[in-house]
Amino acid sequence: MTIYAFIGALEQGFAYGIMVLGVYLTFRVLDFPDLTVDGSLPLGASVSAVAITHGINPFVSLLMAMAAGFLAGTVTALLNTKLKILHLLASILTMIALYSVNIRIMDGPNISLLGVATVLDPVTALGIPGNMAAPVMFGGIALGVTVVIIWFLHTELGLSVLATGNNPQMITSQGVNTHNIIILGVGMSNSLVALSGALVAQNQGASDANMGVGTIVAGLASVIVGETVFGDRSISRACMAALLGSVLYRITIALALGMKWGKFSFTPSDLNLITALLVVAALTVPRIKARWNRR
Amino acid sequence: MKKTVLTLSLLLMSATLAFAQPGLHKISVSQFVEHPALDAVLKGFQDYMKEKNIPVTYSVHNAQANMATAGQIANQIMGEEPDLILAIATPTAQTVAQALKKSPHMGKTPFLFTAVTDPVRAGLVRNLEKPGGNITGVSDLLPIDKHMENLRRILPNLKRLGVIYNSGEANSKATVGQIQREGLRMGFEVTEATVSKSSDVYQAAKSLVGRVDAIFVPTDNTVVSALESAIRVCVQNKTPFFCADVDSVARGAVAATGFDYYKHGYQTGAMAERIFNGAAPGDTPVETQKALELHLNLRFAEQMGVTVPEEVIASADRIYRK
Repeated sequence: MTIYAFIGALEQGFAYGIMVLGVYLTFRVLDFPDLTVDGSLPLGASVSAVAITHGINPFVSLLMAMAAGFLAGTVTALLNTKLKILHLLASILTMIALYSVNIRIMDGPNISLLGVATVLDPVTALGIPGNMAAPVMFGGIALGVTVVIIWFLHTELGLSVLATGNNPQMITSQGVNTHNIIILGVGMSNSLVALSGALVAQNQGASDANMGVGTIVAGLASVIVGETVFGDRSISRACMAALLGSVLYRITIALALGMKWGKFSFTPSDLNLITALLVVAALTVPRIKARWNRR
Repeated sequence: MKKTVLTLSLLLMSATLAFAQPGLHKISVSQFVEHPALDAVLKGFQDYMKEKNIPVTYSVHNAQANMATAGQIANQIMGEEPDLILAIATPTAQTVAQALKKSPHMGKTPFLFTAVTDPVRAGLVRNLEKPGGNITGVSDLLPIDKHMENLRRILPNLKRLGVIYNSGEANSKATVGQIQREGLRMGFEVTEATVSKSSDVYQAAKSLVGRVDAIFVPTDNTVVSALESAIRVCVQNKTPFFCADVDSVARGAVAATGFDYYKHGYQTGAMAERIFNGAAPGDTPVETQKALELHLNLRFAEQMGVTVPEEVIASADRIYRK
């Protein structure tokens, strides 16, 4: 792996790390498998791209993307809680609907952001080369977001979110409305995913209707790899693990992409298989290790 | 676990093969997805290099239609430090362009895009004649005027044309805009039916039957992959069906003014050769496909109730008969 590929993996690891935190919130904290993310990632990208190309400040466009993402999460949560649609199905419905919505927002399938103002400009203005600016900026934003999420999960409201995922009966008997908590949690999760999408689009130079494909797989893989490698004993640790898991996941992909071993090399089409194997390995290694230790 | 990961990483890193031999041109390729048309582009490019005995080594990457992977591939290529970058399809071209812009050491590397329909709208170049910088390429903007003229030659009474496409594909969206403009010029009305996945194509074709005199499908990945379902509807309802690529004529479209992706790649190869010989990419105008062929399918024409005029048959480059 070259240094450029490594820096690139860092920048993507951080940019997508915010999405991974969102997936962590639904998948682990709320116990709500949420596929909305495949749609809310390009939603954030679309909203941000349209805003920027209409002259709105790129940082302000991030807030707009987050608001749109929250709305998308709210739709999924309402379908689940109020209309009693199974969470998995509810999120798939929102996801496919968002495909159409995103094309409406962009008035087409793709908006180019090559050569327009982005959130990276303040950093490059300091004289830092473009390929270093992205990991610095995204690393900063991702760490900030992680700290906010850790803080939130320690507030009373955050504890209700944790309890809703752990033991809904108990929390209902405490007089907390789990429906509202689920709406809040899934909304927050998708606003993070949309923020991630906005950053990714600004970084990659385009927002594309199809850029969300595979987001949930990358998100789950990152959460699981993070937990396995960095541990999840406390909330703070689990949140950091999710972010670092994203970085590790991207580094692994970068390694796989650059891999050639004598006569043997992976073909480009092996990448999905490698991803699947990585997740299976991350899921099974702790168990095998535990069994080994018991002997 | 930590140790295992570390060891594994080190092993993989040491296995990364550096380009060797001097005198070779190192080409890094970023292709968006594995797909017959895009694969043909790469094959055409590589065959050109082989036929002209140009010594090249390739590092071919494929993003499998995943934008995140496309972004990582772009960074990977910055590290490979090739002599030329080839990006196949719009999303990969955009990610490579962005990575080049950010890269401190690769800014001067020649960058060719191919199979990109609208390089200006994609933000790749400002000007097709003089792209500037180190970028140029071959656009697969369809010669829609020629397509529509041929359609007219076969169906002189065409008044209403239906178009099926996926509104999520940037290339198709651009093409349909062109068809609308040609329709205004030539005096026919265009009705659109959009799909979002292959399984919608059947329904979309049905929705057009009776409302249009003929159906046209651009080079749309989603629709072309489910072409047979549209052709079935057209045969059942005697609605002439036309396509933009010649491969689809063999499958049952009446005619196409051939867009051959293999030749598209071959032409891109010729452009790469000129750049290896010292041409500046920024001064090399963006090209569109030169070789165009008219393919006809008379068997399906008959099934769809179309009588192709003799003069059109005489001018065809390839004819599928009964």
